[in-house]
Amino acid sequence: MTPALSVRNLRIEIPTRHGVLTAIDDLSFDIAAGEVLGMVGESGAGKSITGSAVIGLLEPPGRVAGGEIHLAGERIDHLPPDRMRRIRGKRIGMIFQDPLTSLNPLYRIGDQLVETIMTHQRMTTGEARDKARKLLEEVGIPAAKTRLSSYPHQFSGGMRQRVVIALALAADPELVIADEPTTALDVSVQAQIIALLKQLCAERGAAVMLITHDMGVIAETADRVCVLYAGRLAELGPVRGVVKLPQHPYTIGLMAAIPSLTGDPDKPLAQIPGSMPRLGTIPDGCAFNPRCDYRFPPCTTERPVAYAAGTSQAACLLHAPEFSRVAPAETLKAADAAGIRLPKPAGEAVR
Amino acid sequence: MIAFAIKRFVQALGVMLVVALISFMMFRFVGDPVNQLVGVDTSPAERAALRETLGLNDPVMLQFGRFVLKAAQFDFGISYQFKQPVAALIASRLPATLELSFVSALFALAIGVPMGVYTGLYRNTWLARGFLAVSLIGVSLPTFLIGILLIFVVSVNLGWLPSFGRGQTVNLGGVWSTGLLTKSGLQSLILPSITLGLFQMTLIMRLVRGEMLEVLRTDYIKFARARGLSRRAINFGHALKNTLVPVITITGLQLGSIIAFAIITETVFQWPGMGLLFLQAVQNVDIPIMAAYLLLIAFLFVVINFIVDLLYVAVDPRIRLDGGTAG
Repeated sequence: MTPALSVRNLRIEIPTRHGVLTAIDDLSFDIAAGEVLGMVGESGAGKSITGSAVIGLLEPPGRVAGGEIHLAGERIDHLPPDRMRRIRGKRIGMIFQDPLTSLNPLYRIGDQLVETIMTHQRMTTGEARDKARKLLEEVGIPAAKTRLSSYPHQFSGGMRQRVVIALALAADPELVIADEPTTALDVSVQAQIIALLKQLCAERGAAVMLITHDMGVIAETADRVCVLYAGRLAELGPVRGVVKLPQHPYTIGLMAAIPSLTGDPDKPLAQIPGSMPRLGTIPDGCAFNPRCDYRFPPCTTERPVAYAAGTSQAACLLHAPEFSRVAPAETLKAADAAGIRLPKPAGEAVR
Repeated sequence: MIAFAIKRFVQALGVMLVVALISFMMFRFVGDPVNQLVGVDTSPAERAALRETLGLNDPVMLQFGRFVLKAAQFDFGISYQFKQPVAALIASRLPATLELSFVSALFALAIGVPMGVYTGLYRNTWLARGFLAVSLIGVSLPTFLIGILLIFVVSVNLGWLPSFGRGQTVNLGGVWSTGLLTKSGLQSLILPSITLGLFQMTLIMRLVRGEMLEVLRTDYIKFARARGLSRRAINFGHALKNTLVPVITITGLQLGSIIAFAIITETVFQWPGMGLLFLQAVQNVDIPIMAAYLLLIAFLFVVINFIVDLLYVAVDPRIRLDGGTAG
C-alpha cells in the first residue's frame, strides 16, 4: 500500500552569507495512513524544518535542494505555489506549537473555521457554520454553538489548541503535521490534547507526523519514531524498540538522560557530553562522533547510512558489518553491554 | 463600554480645563487688555470704568470661571483688530480649514495605506524601494518648500491648477461655505491638500509597512498559510486588519496636527482658513482670537482622540473591556 507520506533523500539548504548550510541531509522516512510517526531531536536538529518542507512553507531563503516528497504517491515538492496552496489545509493539516498565537486575535473562532472550510469545500455559509459547530463539538468544546462567536482571547490555552486542531482537521486531511502541539501547554492538559489529536486522526485514518522533544509523548502516542541529529537521521523504528532497546549511541544517550521517578534523587542526571554541532561545523564522517562513547577510527571519515539494527534502522557504523569487523574488541564489548545489536559476524567475535 | 466612554469624557474635560487656563493666562501675561481696547487719549477715569465693566477687578478665579462659562457658550469676546465677535470670525474660517484638512487626511490614507501594504509585501522589488526613496523626500522636505515647488511647477510652469485661494465656494445653509461643489473650488483644493498631506502620507506608508512586516512574521499568519487560505485573504483579511490599531492611532493624532499646522500651507496658498486668521492675530496681538484658536485646536484633538479610542474597540475585540476572558 502506498504510504500517506513518503520522504526520499530529502535535502534542505539554507544559503547564507557565510556559505550554504545544510539543514537536512539525506533524510528518508515513510508514514502509513493512520500511523503516528514521532520526530524527535534537540532544538535545531531539523524536526520543524522537515515539517515545513513537507507542507511547502519553508521560510526563504531555505529551499528543498534534493530528494522527493510524495503525498499518497503524488510528488508534491516541486508543485507551483498555487497548487501547493490547495493541498495545504485540505490534504495536509498543520498544528503549531503555540496555540496562544496561532489564532488571529481579531476574528471570531467561528469565522476562522468557516473561512477555512469554505476555502477547501464547496458549501454555503450555513452548511460551513454547521460543520464548524460539529468540529468544535468533536474537539470537546462545550456549548459549541455559542462559542463559535467567541474571540480567541476568551479561550484558555488548552481550549485554543483544541480550536487549532479543529482548524487543522477542518477539511479532513490525509496527513497532519503537529509541530510540538503541547509544548506551550500546562502539563495537566498536555495528555488530553495528545489523546484527542490521536483519536481524531485515527477516526479519519489520517497519518500524523508528531514533532516533539518530549520522549514521554512519543512513547505514549507514536507508532514509530524518527530520531534526528544535526539534520541527519540517527535512528528510525517502532516506538517500543527505540525506547526499550535503542540502537544508535545518540538514542542510547537520550534515553539514559530521561530522569526516572524511581531513581536515586541525589544521583546526577545522565547527560551526553558536549552539544550538537552548529550546521556549519558538522564534523566529517558521523555527525555524532565527537560525543560518542563507542567511536572507532572509521567514524571520523566514513559517513554512515541507515543500517538494519534490531527492529530499527540506525545510522551508526557499528551496525555496518564491513566496519564493525574492524572495531576494537573493547568498543564492541561496551556496545554489546549497552544493548546495541551488533551484526552477526562481529557479534561472534565478541563472544 | 459606557463606563469607558464616561471615563474618557471626564479625562477630556480635565484636558480642556487646563487648556482654558493657559489661554486665559495669555490675556494677563501679554499686557493690560484695557490698553489694547482704548486709545491713548482715554482718561484714567474712563479706563477704570472700562476695567470695572470688563470685570478685570474681580478675583482671578472668578474671572477664570467667567471665561470658561463664556467659552462653553462659544463666546470668546470681540476681536481687537476686526471689532467683530471672535466666534463669528472663526466660524466663517472653520469650513475652509476643515475641508482642506480632511481632504489631505483622506489623500494621505488612500495613498499611504496601499503603498505601505505593497512595500510590506514585496519589500525587495524595485518599485517598493522606489516608494521608500520617495517617502524619504516626503518626510524630510519642509511643507512650505513642497508647497512652493508645487506652485512653481504645476501652477506657474504648467498652468494646470490655481496657485492660491479657494476658488468659488457655495454657501450651505448660511453656516458652511464649501469649495467641494464647484470645479474651481475642487481644483484649488488639490495642491494645498497634497502639500499638507504628503508628510502624513509617507508617515502612514512607513508605519503600515513596518507593521505589515511585523504581522507577516506572526504565528497566526503562518497558521493561516498552513490552512491553505488564499494570498488575498491572508494579506488583506488577516494581516492588514492587524496593522490597523497603530495606524488608527497615528492617523488620528496626525489629523489633529494637520488641522493645527495647516497654518503654513494656508499661508503659502493664501487659503482663507483659521491658520491664516491665527497668523494675522499673532501679528496684531489679537489675543481673543489666539485664545479661541488654542481652545478650538485642543478641543479638536480631544474629540479626535476620543473617536480613536472608540475605533480601537471596534477593531480589536481584546480591548472590549466587558468581554469575559477564560483564564
